Amino acid sequence: MEGNPTSANLVPDVFAAAVPKKASRDGFGKALAELGEKDQNVWALTADVSESTRTHWFAEKFPGRFVQVGVAEQNLAGVAAGIAACGKKAFISAFAAFSPGRNFDQIRVSVCYSNLNVKIHASHAGLSVGPDGASHQILEDIAMMRALPNMTVLVPCDLEQAKKATIAAAALKTPAYIRTSRENTPVFTTPQTPFEIGKANVYRDAKDVAIFACGLQVFEALKAAEELKKKGIEAAVIDMHSIKPIDRETIVRYAKQCKALVSAEDHQVNGGLGSAIAEVLCELHPAPLVRVGVKDSFGESGNCAELYRKYGIDAAAIAKAAEEAVKLKSSE
Amino acid sequence: MKRLPLAANSIRQSVIRMLVEAKSGHPAGSLGMAEVFTALYFGVLRHDPTNPSWKERDRVVLSNGHICPVLYAALAEAGYFPKEHLLTLRKLGSPLQGHPHVGSLPGIENSSGPLGQGISQAVGMALVGKRENQDWRVYALLGDGELDEGQVWEACLLASKYSLDNLVAIIDRNNIQIDGTSDDVLPLEPLSEKFSSFGWNVVVVDGNNINAVLHAFSMAQSCADKPSVIIANTISGKGVSFMEKKFGWHGKSPNKEEGELALKELAEERKKLEAM
Repeated sequence: MEGNPTSANLVPDVFAAAVPKKASRDGFGKALAELGEKDQNVWALTADVSESTRTHWFAEKFPGRFVQVGVAEQNLAGVAAGIAACGKKAFISAFAAFSPGRNFDQIRVSVCYSNLNVKIHASHAGLSVGPDGASHQILEDIAMMRALPNMTVLVPCDLEQAKKATIAAAALKTPAYIRTSRENTPVFTTPQTPFEIGKANVYRDAKDVAIFACGLQVFEALKAAEELKKKGIEAAVIDMHSIKPIDRETIVRYAKQCKALVSAEDHQVNGGLGSAIAEVLCELHPAPLVRVGVKDSFGESGNCAELYRKYGIDAAAIAKAAEEAVKLKSSE
Repeated sequence: MKRLPLAANSIRQSVIRMLVEAKSGHPAGSLGMAEVFTALYFGVLRHDPTNPSWKERDRVVLSNGHICPVLYAALAEAGYFPKEHLLTLRKLGSPLQGHPHVGSLPGIENSSGPLGQGISQAVGMALVGKRENQDWRVYALLGDGELDEGQVWEACLLASKYSLDNLVAIIDRNNIQIDGTSDDVLPLEPLSEKFSSFGWNVVVVDGNNINAVLHAFSMAQSCADKPSVIIANTISGKGVSFMEKKFGWHGKSPNKEEGELALKELAEERKKLEAM
């Protein structure tokens, strides 16, 4: 079993060319339209990006519960808070660079302080947005959102998981943040893959090193594990779709089992998944951790693959980090 | 009809007592808005202080949260909670937070503090009311300095887009803010024209004249297809001579001696009202 995919119900061969490539934002949009059908209390709002955030599928079906606020992200969050204060479930969608990039204060006070039922869907997050460049590549949103009381933070790895994350977030009565991407990437999880907020998914079990990843880095981590295997290193791959609440038990279990850990994310190394894991390790079970993420810099224009390579957050960088982590373990 | 002026006087006395006890807080706007809050809670609103979560109630959204002493005093005066609670303002464990918090105190519809946020929430509420054909209304209270925030104008555009005639915004036009007069800090005039060009029905009123304020509310309510704004020209610190029109009293509480002086003035005003 070691080094092999666990019984997580992934597609049979995650690397096969036949695995369809689609964006996680589509998963959000499909789930939102489904929720709208089932629940008259679901409202959706957007800031002039209904198609890009895949909110238009909801808008076409339920115009009476759709609100177009224009390019006004501060008002977007505030209006949603007012709608939620009337007993509705308000989903706001915009590019992550602007919501929560621009409306952190409104999310903090209007939404979180009142603990209202507002879900923040942020698409186009991270370097993966590509050619638009650094202004649009937000790399600080996970840090901002996980610092907020009452907030749940979800970073799905593909279209299927984005669907499940959206439906799971809708079941909460409290604020939640759902981070999706525009880039088309393999849909390697299936409708049968488990999803539970606060419970990490183990896609490979192993004893040499454990790679914790979120979002598009989960697939990169699976590729890295294949490369590592060729070098005789068996890597566990754990999908940390929930950044908050974080699965402390799984982190500690792998700290004990592998004694060498890697985190990987399309986000600054400061404040994101890697930091969240480091906090758990320091408090509960110290172990070497090498963090893969953007190293305190802005991005630039380029395509997703080029940027992931240049900024060191692709499969090769994750594999390199895993080797470093293994060395740290043996030098102890 | 001296019931309402007497209620406004009680609210002012409560505000002074609260702020003296709290040793911090915002007297100027709180005193200046006593007539508007009196008009709302004792004349305009459809509400039931014994049932603050009544679904059919009108919603009051305080956007400039720092003048919450006048909101708390009005709620207590209307019977939402015992007046004794007012003296816990800003103290550890009190439901009367320094800026309002939903869920801590009955009658509070929104958490506020950072300016510009309440009006957006009021727009969201009015949108639900309008789309679901409810006949309750939303009243949003804003400071004039608050209009410096861009979010206010984002919200105004949207209210106009959706023809939210169930929404009334009230601007406390006292022309003071922390660093000086609003004319100096960031000029707002011509203010009426700004709102009318944003598609709002504008009513300008002497905000310290209760009958005029009541009339302004009925003018606002009778306008169809547009949101309404009442620009209430008020005197900051109204009712306490040494606080009136002085921006230094925006966020400074009176000490014990100043508080006694203020209460003496208000007690004299009350005697005159009662003798009328």
